[in-house]
Amino acid sequence: MAAPGEPKVETSPKIADEVKYTTCYMCACRCGIKVHLKDGTVRYIEGNRDHPVNKGVLCAKGSAGIMQHYSPARLRNPLKRVGPRGSGEFKEIDWEEALSTAAGWLGEVRAREPRKLAFFTGRDQSQALTGWWASQFGTPNHAAHGGFCSVNMAAAGLYTIGGSFWEFGEPDWSRTRYFLMFGVAEDHDSNPIKIGLGKLKQRGAKFVSLNPVRSGYSAIADEWIGIRPGTDGLFVFALIHELLHAGKIDLDYLVRYTNAPWLVIDDPGAAEDGLFARGGDGKPLAWDRAAGAPVNAMLPDITPAMSGEYILPDGRKVVPSMNRLVERYSNAVFAPEAVAERVGVPAATIKRIAAELAQAAFEEEIVLDIPWTDWAGRRHEKTIGRPVAMHAMRGISAHSNGFHTCRAIHILQLLLGSIDCPGGFRYKPPFPKPIPPGLKPADQAGPGQPLGGPPLGFPTGPEDLLVDADGTPRRIDKAFSWEAPISNHGMMHMVIANAAKRDPYAIEVLFLYMANMGWNSAMSVASTLKALTETDPETGDYVIPKIIYSDAYFSETVPYADLILPDTTYLERWDCISLLDRPISEAEGPGDAIRQPVVAPDRNVRPFQDVLIDLGARIGLPGFVKEDGGAAYPGGYADYIVNHERAPGVGSLAGWRGAGGDSHGRGEPNPKQLENYIENQCFWHMKLPESQRYFRHANKEYLDWAVSFGLIGHADQIVMQLYSEPLQKFRLAARGHGERQPPESDRARVETYFDPLPIWYAPLEDAGIETGAFPLHALTQRPMAMYHSWGSQNAWLRQIHGANRLYMNRETATRLGIGEDDWVWVTSSHGKVRGQVRLMDGVNPNTVWTWNAIGKRAGAWNLAPDSPEATKGFLLNHLISELLPEGGGGYRYSNSDPVTGQAAWYDLRVKVEKVTSAEARESAPVLAALDRLPGLEPPPGILRFGAQFKGKPGGGT
Amino acid sequence: MTSLPDKPSGKKLGLVIDLDTCVGCHACAVSCKEWNTTGYIAPLTDRNPYGAEADGVWLNRVHSYEVRPGTEGSGGMTVNFPRSCLHCEEPACVTVCPTGASYKRAEDGIVLVNPDTCIGCKLCSWACPYGAREYDEDHGVMKKCTLCVDRIYNENLAPEDRKPACVRACPTGARHFGDLGDPESAVSALVRERGGYDLMPGLGYRPVNKYLPPRERRTGTDSGPEALEPLDPANPVAGDGVFRWLDRVLSR
Repeated sequence: MAAPGEPKVETSPKIADEVKYTTCYMCACRCGIKVHLKDGTVRYIEGNRDHPVNKGVLCAKGSAGIMQHYSPARLRNPLKRVGPRGSGEFKEIDWEEALSTAAGWLGEVRAREPRKLAFFTGRDQSQALTGWWASQFGTPNHAAHGGFCSVNMAAAGLYTIGGSFWEFGEPDWSRTRYFLMFGVAEDHDSNPIKIGLGKLKQRGAKFVSLNPVRSGYSAIADEWIGIRPGTDGLFVFALIHELLHAGKIDLDYLVRYTNAPWLVIDDPGAAEDGLFARGGDGKPLAWDRAAGAPVNAMLPDITPAMSGEYILPDGRKVVPSMNRLVERYSNAVFAPEAVAERVGVPAATIKRIAAELAQAAFEEEIVLDIPWTDWAGRRHEKTIGRPVAMHAMRGISAHSNGFHTCRAIHILQLLLGSIDCPGGFRYKPPFPKPIPPGLKPADQAGPGQPLGGPPLGFPTGPEDLLVDADGTPRRIDKAFSWEAPISNHGMMHMVIANAAKRDPYAIEVLFLYMANMGWNSAMSVASTLKALTETDPETGDYVIPKIIYSDAYFSETVPYADLILPDTTYLERWDCISLLDRPISEAEGPGDAIRQPVVAPDRNVRPFQDVLIDLGARIGLPGFVKEDGGAAYPGGYADYIVNHERAPGVGSLAGWRGAGGDSHGRGEPNPKQLENYIENQCFWHMKLPESQRYFRHANKEYLDWAVSFGLIGHADQIVMQLYSEPLQKFRLAARGHGERQPPESDRARVETYFDPLPIWYAPLEDAGIETGAFPLHALTQRPMAMYHSWGSQNAWLRQIHGANRLYMNRETATRLGIGEDDWVWVTSSHGKVRGQVRLMDGVNPNTVWTWNAIGKRAGAWNLAPDSPEATKGFLLNHLISELLPEGGGGYRYSNSDPVTGQAAWYDLRVKVEKVTSAEARESAPVLAALDRLPGLEPPPGILRFGAQFKGKPGGGT
Repeated sequence: MTSLPDKPSGKKLGLVIDLDTCVGCHACAVSCKEWNTTGYIAPLTDRNPYGAEADGVWLNRVHSYEVRPGTEGSGGMTVNFPRSCLHCEEPACVTVCPTGASYKRAEDGIVLVNPDTCIGCKLCSWACPYGAREYDEDHGVMKKCTLCVDRIYNENLAPEDRKPACVRACPTGARHFGDLGDPESAVSALVRERGGYDLMPGLGYRPVNKYLPPRERRTGTDSGPEALEPLDPANPVAGDGVFRWLDRVLSR
């Protein structure tokens, strides 16, 4: 009630005509949102309190979704290129012409040689569909953006613990006493980490962040350790060294749950050297101390030796793999004093962190009154936890030594006994999975034929590689070749460069979705644009003959395609967040979700997944057509989500299956499944009973349930792999064993990097350049308000981050004669960019960094050409080559991790110099401004969003 | 000039912002923008939103800055600092207003601008030492944090959602809303426990909003030894002691 004289304020206005639930797509978190609609307009988006991912909160991007949805950069019609590539000259066409053109190109390739289609998707959240489509098409040349994002984390996790950081597991935020975070800027993931850190700090648990830059999450850490980029592996080895020497490791955990006791054959030079000794049944052996003999290592109640040397009855010498591990990491080369200078962290700090980890793990043990049953059927009355949790992401993954470093972190967790226990790292179902999962990458079967399996998988030896007899890669990106044998997510960053060189062969059609390969997703923008426009000197035709691109927005890549299939925004579409690809489960239980269209498109655009299904039917892909030749999913993606079955009873969504919608996990398609999801706020989530929430790699009740639910194939104990036999198999091939061996030129490389225990080596770029000439490491991060978001044309977010600076350590800059706001040249062995400096204390002295993907090409995204994104923003991408410098044989390997093919963005080294007084104070290089695409209107000069509701019921006053 | 309420209710609604857990993610700022551009003082106009000098009205902005390392060996700190109207008990922005458009509500202490009577003279923004007011040039009206007056009493919202949009969105739980005039309230307790403080108290405006300082950072060892004791102190870098220790009966 207003006091006398005070104006009356409407304090209880009606907010919306309608509220619809759906799933956010402003980054990769996939939070639940409530969209408030007024007069058919999206008025307000808020977080869904009941949703397992965000529990009601919402980040800056999520709230700015309105501006993304109403962006003036949205494409409006299908486009056909009419000028040269890059000119931006397009003609608007109708969907029938667009789809028949695409189907004509695709159908022809499929009939001749399916692998000549390279189909790569970027921030794709429908990989279960896109991967299956590629498989039915018959091209092995498919992947999403994981190869340049985080495959090191996924691969290291899946080959070691059967889960991984982020999507397949999470720290136990409510119980951990000590949280160690490696290389997480402000990303992966967004809201769950923020919610978790809030809880952690409230409880007074200690939070230590290793990161060259003290921003974002690191800013609130108890302890920020500004490590030198690319040296985290050494830091972890030094921690392991300390823990081993003090006997502060969980031997009971190791003997029960890991392959520490498995016997490794010690027979240098032999074909089986370094492999596990196995019994006649193929089971690994351990040395039973009680029996004084080798036994099946999988049996319960044996008393395996963890050290020593033993002789098998057949005379072969064997050692427990733990023995190998101790030999390696107890070595003085990994003592804190030995690594301190290289990592840039004092030995005393490393020692103290090791002591603190041990203190938390062993002196602050958690005992829960939760009985559980182990894999052997033995009941345990209590659930014991070691409250040390870790998380790692881009700062580890984006280095060429990231796979081994991430494995080292997992091994540290295992030594402390803190995987899937209270207070530790906890799996998110459907993980853990067998190590590694059983899928293998499939190769082209023949003209007009589908693949025999998925295009991506998990090789466990040379026999699984996709190479010709002479070792030539079979895939255009050279994934699963000797160059990157376990590139589980493909190598999207190499596709365009390789295709333009017809290396290993020419392709006919490049089909891209939601990936800005012509700009901030390219390593080396200039060479990528050159590759996209390269012509054959003899014919004058483009070397990449046909390019199809689907995007919702006018990104920098659009002008380089021949055919544009305009996608919808995330509020105009059906989607499913499926357990079959990248689930949104949490540790307590599995979950999945949908997006529903909350508004209808006001443009002539179609959801990409509808288009893909339509194309599949047009070209007659198996599974996309019925026996009579009609479309199998005439209702598009929504139809597919409900009715497609990957295995009997297993489909895109796990919730409300069965004809009546009353079963979960397995069940026949339920025609009302989407309605059921909508009634339940567009997600499904179940909490497992307490007895199934921990030690799930060895928890009988959980494993049996996971099999019945269709998550895994069998209920055997998942034994964690400290020592990785698949890596050793590749190494043996490099040593001259087996039918399939690497070409001579690759032997030494495979031998070096396929070590069955984690190793550390300097980032590969260092070996090929004069590091003294490029003394600084250069990194990029995404700001939290833009992490994984699609385009900074967002009217609100660009007011927060409209241009990026080069952040430099104050003392380093002063030494170089560089001051605040100076413009500088940043030069690598590959190129140079110009940008403006901001000084800070909280950055490793040998490191400079900037915000990524803020710099835009002038005119792109329908921004004014003189926008700060174009005049002051810059990309480090211009400095990064997709190829390493020439090695001994003259061959240039991709700038990637040699194990997984992960793009090594963070290996970059630069020098920084102040610009001369004669040079311009604007960013460089400057590429020609892009013209506005047909159909796009000039953006508004003033935005009064919300004024339209004023004076209306439910509007402002 | 405008008077303050002669009979304030004693209720002092406001925010408590925890600088210990604020990661500077801007969630509060954008959620505020999103709610309020369609709310009581709609719109929060954006000038040149896709051009060279985008300039919009924001009622809440987050600043990140570094506290320089001290001479006594303190390591320095990155602080994220959200800034919005503090709903002062003695708000100069109100008393300076020539039309009565700026006023402090008697019933809950919220400082508001009445867009119907604001003449856009900007005296209030000059008077506010906290820079908490933003002039909407297009609209000709001064705008500021309303403490989401159209949310906190809104019967169309679920009771648990009747809090300012910034508090509702904050992912780290760094923002709290309540009655700082009630010593028994959760926010008052938080201020007591964590040493919540006024921004620039010397100016005498008596802000209602409080900031909680960063907790003491546990940078050194506080509960355990500085380093682990080796199993074999005589030979701490060779592995022999470790192997001896490993040589024991363990059961799978």
